[in-house]
Amino acid sequence: MMDLLLSFLILAGALFTFIGSLGLVRLRDFYTRLHGPTKASTLGVGSLLVASALYFSTRGEGVSLHEVLVTLFLFITAPVSAHLLSKAALHLKLHSLAPLPQGERSEPSGPNRSTVSQNSERDAQ
Amino acid sequence: MLTGVALPVAFALVAAAFALSFWRLLVGPSAPDRILALDTLYVNAIALLVLLGIQLSSALYFEAALLIALMGFIGTVALCKFLLRGDIIE
Amino acid sequence: MLRPPPHPLVALTLAAVWLLLSNSLAPGQIALGLLLGWAITLFAARFWPTTPRIHRPLLLLRFIGVVLADIVVANLAVARLIVVSPARLRPAFVQVPLALKSDLAISVLANTICLTPGTVSSRLAPDRAHLLVHALDAADPDGLVATIKRRYEAPLREIFEPC
Repeated sequence: MMDLLLSFLILAGALFTFIGSLGLVRLRDFYTRLHGPTKASTLGVGSLLVASALYFSTRGEGVSLHEVLVTLFLFITAPVSAHLLSKAALHLKLHSLAPLPQGERSEPSGPNRSTVSQNSERDAQ
Repeated sequence: MLTGVALPVAFALVAAAFALSFWRLLVGPSAPDRILALDTLYVNAIALLVLLGIQLSSALYFEAALLIALMGFIGTVALCKFLLRGDIIE
Repeated sequence: MLRPPPHPLVALTLAAVWLLLSNSLAPGQIALGLLLGWAITLFAARFWPTTPRIHRPLLLLRFIGVVLADIVVANLAVARLIVVSPARLRPAFVQVPLALKSDLAISVLANTICLTPGTVSSRLAPDRAHLLVHALDAADPDGLVATIKRRYEAPLREIFEPC
């Protein structure tokens, strides 16, 4: 029974990791490519880590929970790096399939433009 | 079931994920694309290490996975900041 | 020098992280973890001038549960989009007007948006009035904004900044 659950978690995790990278290759502009790795890969690795925690906990050497740490860390950092990558792409004015909304085209430039949002990112960690 | 089917299939899937991300890293076409590919490679490496830990029944790989998670995040943030500001440490 | 930690919750979290890292519940490790939490918060206090207040802890737990469930659902949706129909996506940028004011609440909202239904937060307007969000497949952009505001922003507002 445990074996089946573990196998399911491992297969699902590996499949999501694969789909995340597949999205990286198949999608057509940077902003849509961003979605694959940040979501699918994070959930895939999370699922693998849960499988690992279950596996080591059921081997009779006590509960093993330190995988939770990596999972938490990934789930906190993945959105931050996605946000930063997306901001960098907007800054470089990469081609996008979706039109930018009104008022965003004429972005204010200069070194202090993004201070506000960077402060809020620092708080998130 | 676990070691017979699930683990080899999982290894194959993660290896394929490595190949796809690496392709994006080589092809580009822009700098954020390459950073995103690197970030995905980090996440894939964590997945591979966790799988190795299960395969070899060794908890030692966990520390490596944690370190890669830390370094990967810091690397991505530093590269993004470089793109945004042209400078990392102000 | 023997002061209580300025941020007791952070100190306890650090102690819990230490216990997870050492993967044991031995009394010595618990003592060491609490000592580390106390010392680190004391030394780092000057970097955190304000202490965020959590006004509704139970609502926060419920919010975390909702987000975790949404993460799984959103991932299934994104995976299906990537595998089945990458050519028929309708990506869109939408502006989400923000009612939140504090740094912490806005960053939690941005992180939540990144993890859940097919959206990535892209840029916070310099005056904090709008959050630019990129959606992978938006059939109904206005509905998406309404969903984000109702499902994530409203609870965050109650948790961090009740009026």
